[in-house]
Amino acid sequence: MTDKLAALGRQGIAVVASLGRSGRFLAGVLMGVPRPIKGFPLLVQQLYSVGVLSLAIVVVSGLFIGMVLALQGYTILSDFGSESAIGQMIALTLVRELGPVVTALLFAGRAGSALTAEIGLMKATEQLSSMEMMGVDPLRRVIAPRLWAGFIAMPVLAVIFTVVGIWGGMLVGVEWLGVFDGAYWGNMQSSVDFVDDVLNGLVKSVVFGFVCAWIAVYQGYDCLPTSAGISSATTKTVVYSSLAVLGLDFALTAVMFGDF
Amino acid sequence: MGNRSIEVIVGLFMIAGLAALLFLALQVSGLSPQATSDRYTLYANFNDSGGLAPRSRVAMAGVTIGTIESVTLDKETFQARVKMAIDADVDNIPADSAAVIRTSGLLGDQYIDVSVGGDMESLQPGDTFYSTQSAMNLERLISNFASGR
Repeated sequence: MTDKLAALGRQGIAVVASLGRSGRFLAGVLMGVPRPIKGFPLLVQQLYSVGVLSLAIVVVSGLFIGMVLALQGYTILSDFGSESAIGQMIALTLVRELGPVVTALLFAGRAGSALTAEIGLMKATEQLSSMEMMGVDPLRRVIAPRLWAGFIAMPVLAVIFTVVGIWGGMLVGVEWLGVFDGAYWGNMQSSVDFVDDVLNGLVKSVVFGFVCAWIAVYQGYDCLPTSAGISSATTKTVVYSSLAVLGLDFALTAVMFGDF
Repeated sequence: MGNRSIEVIVGLFMIAGLAALLFLALQVSGLSPQATSDRYTLYANFNDSGGLAPRSRVAMAGVTIGTIESVTLDKETFQARVKMAIDADVDNIPADSAAVIRTSGLLGDQYIDVSVGGDMESLQPGDTFYSTQSAMNLERLISNFASGR
């Protein structure tokens, strides 16, 4: 009985210690950033592997989510004879919620897991410690560009996702189901506000990008340097990022769109 | 792949992001570069403003000609005072026109419909509509009907 209690306590302390390590790690990375000219090529390289290579999955998912929204929305709205509100529905759902959230989930699965595995393998093969031997700070050389790349790429991906989704919704709603396209865009424009909706969605995606990139690089940096350790760190990245994104989304939505 | 082409591709990626944001601003949220300066203000007093809210539309013959800026209570007359921003190119609204609150569809949003009068003079910026018609209150209508008045 006491053994179990002790194990529970140990686990709790381990979680708190891990949180503390991740905070110190983040502080270290952010402090290590200001070297814009030398670090820029590294950042571009990471933007390519984190952002550009995630573009395909983001575009395809956005297209299909927009198309599904149009189909579902049409079925429900046509019961009330208000199919023309479909543009408004698709745009608000995508801009406020699905754009940032689904992009962040895809981002965690596609780019976050790759980051963790890459950094974890660097640690396991002792590339990180040999960098330290050579007097190169791995936080600055390896971690910081990846963190910033995730932070920058995520809002860009979310915006592209949203636009592709709205276009996919138009394909189904206007071209296929025959909603008048003036009503599609007109209702959208009269109900979507640039500051309230678009910018708030953008803020969401910036927050999600930061959290996902932070979790990914920290899990890689902190993993056990074995093959089992890398695999469990990769799993943790996806699980923690998804949970953090969904939880934060609720909090952000309550602050941004809740009426109180 | 060479360093150079990666830079170009990342540049294109960022440009695509900016273009998408621009699309969201212009096409989706209808943010137009035209400032409030090419609009002018009109007022209308209503006994009951119903569900009228800022950013609702002002229409004439079904065409949107402006938006509602604010709905406030006039403490002296206990009426709702509605401030409207009308497109500057619609500058010939006859002075005896009426502002009527209507509902788009059965369950839709409420908006102000300007029903055109016959006066030769037109409303000037800052003017108030002389005649107005308040929102139709379905419950009051039914209770009036039920009590036979």
